[in-house]
Amino acid sequence: MKTNHYAFPQLSLRFVPIWRRNYMVWKKMAGPSILGHLADPVIYMLGLGYGLGGMLPQIGGMSYIAFLSAGTVCYSTMNSASFEALYSGFARMHEQRTWEAILNTPITLDDIVLSEMFWAASKSLLSGVAVLMVIWILGLSHSMMSLWIIPLSLLVGLCFAAMGLIVTALAPGYEFFMYYFTLVVTPMTLLCGVFFPVDQLPAMLQAVSFMLPLTHAVNLARPLLNGVVPIHIMADVAVLAAYALVGYYVSLVLFRKRLAQ
Amino acid sequence: MSSVIVAENLVKLYAGQRVVDGISLDIKRGECFGLLGPNGAGKTTTLRLLLGLIAPDEGQVELLGHVIPVQAREARQRIGVVPQIDNLDPDFTVTENLMVYGRYFGMTDAAIEARLPELLEFANLTHKRDVKVPTLSGGMKRRLTLARALVNDPDVIFLDEPTTGLDPQARHLIWQRLRELTARGKTLVLTTHFMDEAERLCHRLAVMDNGRIISQGSPRELIADNIEPEVIEVFGEHAAAWAQSHAAGHVQRFEESGESVFCYVNDAHPLLLELQQHPELRYVHRPANLEDVFLKLTGREMRE
Repeated sequence: MKTNHYAFPQLSLRFVPIWRRNYMVWKKMAGPSILGHLADPVIYMLGLGYGLGGMLPQIGGMSYIAFLSAGTVCYSTMNSASFEALYSGFARMHEQRTWEAILNTPITLDDIVLSEMFWAASKSLLSGVAVLMVIWILGLSHSMMSLWIIPLSLLVGLCFAAMGLIVTALAPGYEFFMYYFTLVVTPMTLLCGVFFPVDQLPAMLQAVSFMLPLTHAVNLARPLLNGVVPIHIMADVAVLAAYALVGYYVSLVLFRKRLAQ
Repeated sequence: MSSVIVAENLVKLYAGQRVVDGISLDIKRGECFGLLGPNGAGKTTTLRLLLGLIAPDEGQVELLGHVIPVQAREARQRIGVVPQIDNLDPDFTVTENLMVYGRYFGMTDAAIEARLPELLEFANLTHKRDVKVPTLSGGMKRRLTLARALVNDPDVIFLDEPTTGLDPQARHLIWQRLRELTARGKTLVLTTHFMDEAERLCHRLAVMDNGRIISQGSPRELIADNIEPEVIEVFGEHAAAWAQSHAAGHVQRFEESGESVFCYVNDAHPLLLELQQHPELRYVHRPANLEDVFLKLTGREMRE
């Protein structure tokens, strides 16, 4: 009898106790963690927003710092989920053998990968909410529609968690993650409309940008913060959801193969 | 007695190599069953197959009436596992480790809390209940891992080299606890390469080498079936020369290993008389033990 690594995932609520485990670990260092979620985006927003923004005209009817704030929400949530799925996920899988311990219980790998995805997305949610508070405090958004940033952060988190888990499943060690950050995350930050509108790019790069999930996250976040309904709302949500679902399945297949060794 | 684990003709290939090569087992309720073998014999892979963590290339497993690996989830509800390498949660205290692990079995916090005093007592960790894992000694960590494996009150407990790396005091405490578990009717399946551990704890043993079971039975049966009842170990620089010229007439079998000669005999008297004529030789006369069986079956050369 052979195991079918490609079998359709069996989803259950058994991932919840693992999520709770991760939450218990996080709670012990919540202070530094929240500070980290706030400090980086705030420094970017203030530094670039006021510093660079002071020399720039308005973009699409908004100040540069308001323009940048939407990008910051998205790239912060992307980073939170990516770091969690890569470094912390790898530690739980490989270094601490947490997965191995869990697999000796009635929980399966399908549940574990789902828990990793939701946990990393929870970190994104936290990060999204933290940046949103800063945006409100700085008076950069006045619309109730900005509350939609909260579920959007979760969706963006699921998308990047799933992508990150693929990398974790393939990683021989922590060094491997540098490829992903250098070749995927950093280019995405620069090509997806975080710091400047995508239409500033040459046509070819615009085409690349259209394929990348962060572009669609920014397409949603920016109008929402501005109190406007995004134009291609269904398409943007569909792209993010597709990355999340396909990413979950691909990473699960890769983890099944890896752990069958 | 009813069977809790039945494995038939298990085969597992890794990179074309038959790491497990036709293993069949029938483990009964309430017994302590040992898989004994040198490193790389396939013990851990066999355990992983029995638990349904990996699927066999051939053969089948039934664990507590569930077909493995298809129904592994149902079976694991009644199983405890003590892994070879520690995988406790280093961020948590002793009790937090037990709480978090119990939740993986779907237990409520109240149900786990109700079990905590007994588990902590069993592991001799009541005084360490709020201490974080990294500050525990190796023996304490192993006891906590054992307590963790018992959180769901399992019927069968798998232990992969439960005392490897522990000092003698810590090892004896673990042995005592494992005997208590069998006394309570739990079924234990353990791997080991310590002969004294196997001889003291296990009701039945399977000696494994190169992915196969080469002998199976109680420790006494294994000794009776495989080897002469008495052993005389002769040491010293002249031992080898003496063995070549004198021993053959008095012994069923002898083996040289370094400066020692192991003489296996059905009746030691003639050899003891012979040895009295050689005051330059030192010797020990003892009953045959499991280690003799093991070395006979798996050879004396190093496994590296």
